[in-house]
Amino acid sequence: MRVSFEVNGRPVRADDVWAGESLLYVLRERLGLPGSKNACEQGECGSCTVYLDGETVCACLVAAGQAEGRSVRTVEGLADGEALDPVQSAFVDAGAVQCGFCTPGLLVQTHDLLRRTVGAGGQPPGDDEVREALAGNLCRCTGYEQILAAVRLAAERAGGAA
Amino acid sequence: MEFLRPADWDEALAMRAELPGARPLMGGTDVMVELNASGSEFGRPAELPEALIDLSGLPEPRGHGPDGGWLRLGAGVPYTRIVAELAARAPALAAAARTIGSPQIRNRGTVGGNLGAASPAGDAHPPLLATDAQVELASRGEVRRVPARDFYLAPRRTELRPDELIAAVLLPPAAGPQRFAKVGTRNAMVIAVCSFAIELRPALGEVGTGIGSAGPVPLRAHEAEDFLRAELADRWEARRPLPEAVERRFGELAARAARPIDDVRGSAAYRRHAVGVLARRTLRWAWEDYRKGADPCG
Repeated sequence: MRVSFEVNGRPVRADDVWAGESLLYVLRERLGLPGSKNACEQGECGSCTVYLDGETVCACLVAAGQAEGRSVRTVEGLADGEALDPVQSAFVDAGAVQCGFCTPGLLVQTHDLLRRTVGAGGQPPGDDEVREALAGNLCRCTGYEQILAAVRLAAERAGGAA
Repeated sequence: MEFLRPADWDEALAMRAELPGARPLMGGTDVMVELNASGSEFGRPAELPEALIDLSGLPEPRGHGPDGGWLRLGAGVPYTRIVAELAARAPALAAAARTIGSPQIRNRGTVGGNLGAASPAGDAHPPLLATDAQVELASRGEVRRVPARDFYLAPRRTELRPDELIAAVLLPPAAGPQRFAKVGTRNAMVIAVCSFAIELRPALGEVGTGIGSAGPVPLRAHEAEDFLRAELADRWEARRPLPEAVERRFGELAARAARPIDDVRGSAAYRRHAVGVLARRTLRWAWEDYRKGADPCG
């Protein structure tokens, strides 16, 4: 089957897609976008988190055919050219990265959290809200402390800029 | 295996009628897990459906609204929307929805998927049982409504016929306080070790219960309901705190209604005990809600 959709603002097309193939597979193996990581393939780890029509989803659990005509935003689409997204800068500055495998999913999920809170004129999310938002993103290296620090930093900066 | 994209609900029903071996697909949080595993060395032997019928592009299952005093909840409304839009109207179901998976999973997963998968651990089942909800099943030329209490037949087996699609669930007019509780190893991303839902219906003098993940199918605690109905008959009006003995007995009877097994998530003995604790606690919470007049009929 042929699947056409939009990724990071650009129309894309994939041919000979198997009916049971995941959006994650198409992104990584057919479209050359390996930022979204493939780990558990069952929605447990969050490392394949992408936006699908503005909502975060596990790309491994979306059938590629379900993306037809829709809009996808991956971790590759967060930065504006060479300029990192504030969430990405905060992860760098807070040292929230060790092996880096979970990082793309955490970036997209954090981006969504801040978009819905400080980005919508609301308060910065409290730690409970951050933990709840990131509950589906597993990190096996950091112990999460630096990740939480990065989210707080990004929220602070976003709040300050508003 | 084919990927079918029906243009509308009628075409989806036609596809279902013509291809009984096809698998309806909505949020994918169960179906895609199986498909992903089918290709891997860890996967079960590939037993692929002849087709996937993708319902995610259709508007019909994704709406909710009043239906003659009832709430009609489309089978494809994701849990995120149930939490955001229906917490007041369907508190137990919304509370259960809040405990499901992660935000990413709740953005995709649906009550229709929970019903179609029919895992005894599905979190939507106890609230549907406790509130006497109905499941709307549609086939070409027929729509029927099956009470949730008759829907579950065996693990992963339900009233759903091969030519039917789960269209919606119907929730009766909210009758009183509802509560849901679940035991798991974390607050998130956890399959229930067991769960319990309760609804108090002061105007009718009734109570409803639902037990999850502690039996081959989601169960009602009939004896516990009968006991509580009798105990509450003279207590609705005074709204005094419930005697501890009533709470305790209700918990014991709920535990007795469970039919759990030992598995990786917990032993049968633990589950039975925990169902009793959840029943006792949710009764206390619901009764306190009622005493404070937090119920819509109060």
